[in-house]
Amino acid sequence: MSAQPDGPEDRLRRLTTIWSRAVFPVTSTSLTRPEFEERLLPLARRLSHALRARAFDAAEGEAVGAALIGAHCTAPEALSRSLDCVDAYLVLYCGEDGDREDLRARSSRLQHAMAAGFARALRERTLAEQEAIAQAALRAQGVVAQALHASEARFRAVFEGAAIGIGMADLEGNILQVNGALLRMFGGSEQNVRGRNVQEWTHAEDAPQIWRLYEELVRGEREHYHVEKAFYRPDGTVLWTNLTVSLLRDPDGNPQYQLALMEDTTERRLLNLRLRYEATHDALTGLPNRTLFFERLEKTLNSGEGRRFGLCYLDLDGFKTINDSLGHAAGDRLLVEVADRLQSCATAPGEMVARLGGDEFVALTTGPDSRREVDELAARIMNALVAPIRIDGRELTVRGSIGVVEGPVGERSAAEVLRSADITMYRAKSAGGNRFELADPEADARAITRHGLTTALPAALDRGEFFIEYQPLVRLGDGSVRGAEALVRWLHPQHGVLGPDRFIPLAEHTGLIVPLGRWVMEQSVRQAGKWRDLYGDGAEGSLRINVNLSPCQLQHPGLVQDTVDILERTGVAPDALCLEVTESALIGADDDVLKPLHRLAEMGVDIALDDFGTGYSNLANLRRLPVSVLKLDRSFTRSMQQFPADPVDLKIVEGIVALAHSLDLAVTVEGVETGAQAEQLRILGCDTAQGWYYARPGPPDRLHHLALADATG
Amino acid sequence: MERPAWAPRSIDISVPSVARIYDYYLGGSHNFEVDREAARKAMEFLPGLPKIMQANRAFTRRAVRFAVDEGITQFLDIGSGIPTFGNVHEVARAARPGSRVVYVDHDPVAVTHSQAVLAGDDDTDVVAADLRKPRDILESPQLRALIDLNRPVALLLVAILHFVEDTDDPYAAVAELRDALAPGSLLVLTHASYEGIPLPPERSEGAVDVYKDIRNPLIMRSRDRIARFFEGYDMVEPGLVPMPLWRPETAPEDEDPYAFSGFAGVGRTA
Repeated sequence: MSAQPDGPEDRLRRLTTIWSRAVFPVTSTSLTRPEFEERLLPLARRLSHALRARAFDAAEGEAVGAALIGAHCTAPEALSRSLDCVDAYLVLYCGEDGDREDLRARSSRLQHAMAAGFARALRERTLAEQEAIAQAALRAQGVVAQALHASEARFRAVFEGAAIGIGMADLEGNILQVNGALLRMFGGSEQNVRGRNVQEWTHAEDAPQIWRLYEELVRGEREHYHVEKAFYRPDGTVLWTNLTVSLLRDPDGNPQYQLALMEDTTERRLLNLRLRYEATHDALTGLPNRTLFFERLEKTLNSGEGRRFGLCYLDLDGFKTINDSLGHAAGDRLLVEVADRLQSCATAPGEMVARLGGDEFVALTTGPDSRREVDELAARIMNALVAPIRIDGRELTVRGSIGVVEGPVGERSAAEVLRSADITMYRAKSAGGNRFELADPEADARAITRHGLTTALPAALDRGEFFIEYQPLVRLGDGSVRGAEALVRWLHPQHGVLGPDRFIPLAEHTGLIVPLGRWVMEQSVRQAGKWRDLYGDGAEGSLRINVNLSPCQLQHPGLVQDTVDILERTGVAPDALCLEVTESALIGADDDVLKPLHRLAEMGVDIALDDFGTGYSNLANLRRLPVSVLKLDRSFTRSMQQFPADPVDLKIVEGIVALAHSLDLAVTVEGVETGAQAEQLRILGCDTAQGWYYARPGPPDRLHHLALADATG
Repeated sequence: MERPAWAPRSIDISVPSVARIYDYYLGGSHNFEVDREAARKAMEFLPGLPKIMQANRAFTRRAVRFAVDEGITQFLDIGSGIPTFGNVHEVARAARPGSRVVYVDHDPVAVTHSQAVLAGDDDTDVVAADLRKPRDILESPQLRALIDLNRPVALLLVAILHFVEDTDDPYAAVAELRDALAPGSLLVLTHASYEGIPLPPERSEGAVDVYKDIRNPLIMRSRDRIARFFEGYDMVEPGLVPMPLWRPETAPEDEDPYAFSGFAGVGRTA
């Protein structure tokens, strides 16, 4: 808009500029000052018109005052500066040529009206804004409250719907809130739980630390703890729980509440107990089984120093016979009855009976005077078995053998203790059974070796741990080699080389002697065949191998056939073999036993009577035995080591030799250790000899050396 | 109803709010006595505080107009506070009808008030979110409904970054926002600083302490550190300057001395 210099419009502009310069610094508007001035211009115009209007209207002033608020001139200074400006310049710039007095009066009234309009508008605006912000705050609070409500409802649903029991209590232990799951765990009734105190919930099975942890938590020294805890339900049953208790703190970190989360483990626990029971008890008798017994024994053996224990290891005598003759059902009933009786024997605290399996039972005592107690316990057990057991209308007499071990704890492992008891039990059994024996370390040691060797024997044969040594037999007449005795050895992986005395009785006992003997015979005969191939038939007859036959082999029905097979297989003549049989094996032997020997002798196999002179030799019997050689026991040669030799012994040997020769039997002596001995025996008429004087038992090629020496010497 | 992540556990209007204090500085009555008390206390140290706020408003107005001139019609105003007068959408629409504006604030009262003010306006909306969690802003349904991030946006961070402590990594938040913006977008930023305040620093510290007391610490940053917020942006002339010096429309020498406190700048993404 163009304005004439100093025209009315120009004057109005100048007024507005002054006004805007005065007010702008106290406004908060984001407009620039020129922009702000543009907003004031219409207001100035209204004032100008009102000043000169025909009919004065003060309301115009009010409108201008209100408009200032609309232009965000809310500061009080904005009004005072506006009024100052109007007062000083409105009449001056816009009064034109009106009456000065009148104009001044009008200006004053316009100012009053502006103030009123400003105040009213400011009041309206302030109230409106206050209302708006209050509403906003309220709505915001509503939103938050609603959100909180929703979140609380959700948490409540979690709390109530949780399958886990949840409870809150204050730090004094007063229960404030519990959920449905927790109520149900306690039987479902609120009065059992609400309003009660946590500390009333003690249980006999509470672990000692449970209440210490509780105290630490409520004192604020612990944030949470996790325990397995039992509770009494109102109906008296037990509730087992996995319990986690946490400390809840207020925003400042002070302990405020305790929160318990509990999981009902009663069922699981019962199942575990049942599984545990089943895993640790014998299904037939209900007695603790080997597993549980070992646990108890190990616990006992690991208990404090200075304590002792006693153990009875019972094995029924002849139970196999009962099982075989009456059947397993009867055997089982017998075992149940025995178990019941044993159970009644061990009722004192620290006593326990278990079934290890089969007809083997153990009883343990851990009392303070175990030496006496275990003795009495064994006696009670023996006594309990005295009364016959009635099964299927039969009265069965049950006997048992007991191995008793007693001693201080902490020295031996459970397995060692049990083995000792087992060995001792066997000792009782081999002493005739129906008795108890006390373990003895030396007997144990022997038995352990015996036991170990016995069990290792079968595998030893398979693994080829046996070998044969040969001890030459020498003709006393010319010192030439007649043959050799085969002596079996065991190269045991732990014990080294073992002589036949260590394992032949065991092999006899287990029956392994038959395959072992067969092996020895085959090896020896094969060796004899080699020798014969090497040295041919000497002038004095060809070499011969002596092989020992044990009583067990003698009775074995396959003896003759096995021998024939071996000779055929090896292609060795029967006269290359001499079987040595002990005198004791043949004493009182009937024809059935002698028949195989006769058959072998008829085939051309020599039979030697070993260890002759040790038993009550029935000289008359010699005639009907198919024997061609007598081997004098080494006790005769031993007496000849002294010089001079006992004349009586000399007479006896001379007599035996004469007798043998009269029966057409050759005589061999063992244990020849000196040249004097050899000479003496030659004079006495003995035919062949063996002993260290000639050679110790050795590998087959040693005989070769000897034979060569013999040939050159 | 899901409790929004931003919603505090409760709204305590006995605690001063920076948004309402700001309103008070601008002569508004969208505030409570606690706000006014805090504002008056701060003004005891820095009587010119209202002038600083006014300069912020004036700068914003010029920057929005600049953005419109650049062809931008989408505005994201984070830390918008209490809508009073001369808001972004008013300025933008005056220059270019149909401009779209999304306001963001984490003050629940400011948000509900904005909702009331903007009710029925289809081209504006408000998001309750926190600058420290840019993802909440960028993924908000309001922003997705109104703003096309494939086109340039004017991002306004006016008088807000000085309320974000370094431990909350404001640089990372600003970078995350920048990475979400299309090329040609603008960052409109002002930040408080001891530099430019026409009083000794001790006086300014008094005002800073007031904000510390109301648990809304005011983080004064140096010009260099403020400039770092523009990493990845090309500065628009005249760069990072006191507010009255940014593309002034009237002679800066007419401005109140307090208006020169702190810095303002506009950057453009490449």
